[in-house]
Amino acid sequence: MIPASFEYAVARDVPDAIQLLASSGGEGKVLAGGQSLIPLMKFRLAQPALLVDVNRITGLARIRENGDLRIGALVREADLDTNPIVRERYPILVDTTRVIADPLVRNMATVGGNLAHADPANDHPATMLAVRASIVAQSQKGERVIPIDEFFVDTFTTVLGPNEILTEIRVPKPPARSGGAYLKLERKVGDFAIAGVAVMLTLDDKGRVVAAGIGVTNAGPTAIRARKAEDILRGQTPDDKTIAAAAAAAAGESKPWSDLRGPADYKLDVIRVLTQRAIRKAAARATGGK
Amino acid sequence: MAVQTAPTTSRGQRTLKINVTVNGAPHEVEVEARILLVHFLRENLGMTGTHIGCDTTNCGACTVLLNGRAVKSCTVFAVQADQGTVATVEGLEKDGKLHPIQEGFHQEHGLQCGFCTPGMMMTAVAFLATNAKPTELEIREAISGNLCRCTGYVNIVKSIDHAARVMREPAEGKA
Repeated sequence: MIPASFEYAVARDVPDAIQLLASSGGEGKVLAGGQSLIPLMKFRLAQPALLVDVNRITGLARIRENGDLRIGALVREADLDTNPIVRERYPILVDTTRVIADPLVRNMATVGGNLAHADPANDHPATMLAVRASIVAQSQKGERVIPIDEFFVDTFTTVLGPNEILTEIRVPKPPARSGGAYLKLERKVGDFAIAGVAVMLTLDDKGRVVAAGIGVTNAGPTAIRARKAEDILRGQTPDDKTIAAAAAAAAGESKPWSDLRGPADYKLDVIRVLTQRAIRKAAARATGGK
Repeated sequence: MAVQTAPTTSRGQRTLKINVTVNGAPHEVEVEARILLVHFLRENLGMTGTHIGCDTTNCGACTVLLNGRAVKSCTVFAVQADQGTVATVEGLEKDGKLHPIQEGFHQEHGLQCGFCTPGMMMTAVAFLATNAKPTELEIREAISGNLCRCTGYVNIVKSIDHAARVMREPAEGKA
């Protein structure tokens, strides 16, 4: 399958990319890893008039710490996985990247693309909701920082304008006694999630939850944040009863649909079980475990 | 990714000229931007060792190394390889001598119909460059983006393990 014709331009830097997009009258698309966009173009579900290739903007491919963790939009999943800072301090991101598609796709696929594509079946959105990430975007009007809670509008739709480019993802540095985990159930390697749950917890010195973030994959038109479940955890020790209540709440907030990956009722139960397991794993990591 | 020397654009024209080094040989070719890397290899360069399987980023039959990394060439545009290097199955054999991964697939009967084999081997070559002494689980993870519908993978895993041993210690693989 060969996509419809399009014009192609390599962007030298971010301002150049924005300029190129602006010249396309809203018909341009950014080409980053291309692992979602190119399949859509091959099926002709997407027919952009112009592709702006940002792959040569090496400055967008860096991971660094500056208080928070700053992930350039062009960081490949494979590089997120092997980054020493991420490996040591952000295990929830390692959990997430390692279950995206397959190793070959992860050699091309980018973290920024996974978020900007806004597929509720993608894995980073739930995790970024759980860790309270921020999205940095640039346009001709300058740079803005968007809280992740405001980023996703609908399936395949974010608040990014047509000539605005996602440049960086900022993940707050977890305080002491923090831990996070992402769990995904998939039918086979490379498939999208039947369901996925991300949990980020911070405990106080008595083991009570002082901060909780829970995100769910494939449970609505966008990845969702399970706020009621977070409320149940906050102030409590994550014992069996609290975990069960929070997990039930997370399922209650989810709206999965029946499809080839299973009926909605089944998926709700998967979400409930994955939430329990992810809370336990996050709490274990918060107290020095794996 | 290689550093771009001059901005590339197809704006206002049907094709653009790309320079790609494939298995060590430079090629300068005019392509449409929409041509996928796998089509460029098979149709522009006549190198049909790289197979098209699912054409939907699932099966990995089209795996090649782009700038040293294993990628699915049905999901990369040829223009993205401009100024870069590509390695395909045709480049594995050197001076009439099989690459250890080819030797491994031969010795361990790693193929039946052979359709997935070029992709499997290219994935394995990139993987073994980063992990010289893999466990069986690591091998299975590494090829999890490559589908084989014949073998049940057992002999493919053995073949890659064979290659790993030969590449570590050429005498060891013969044992």
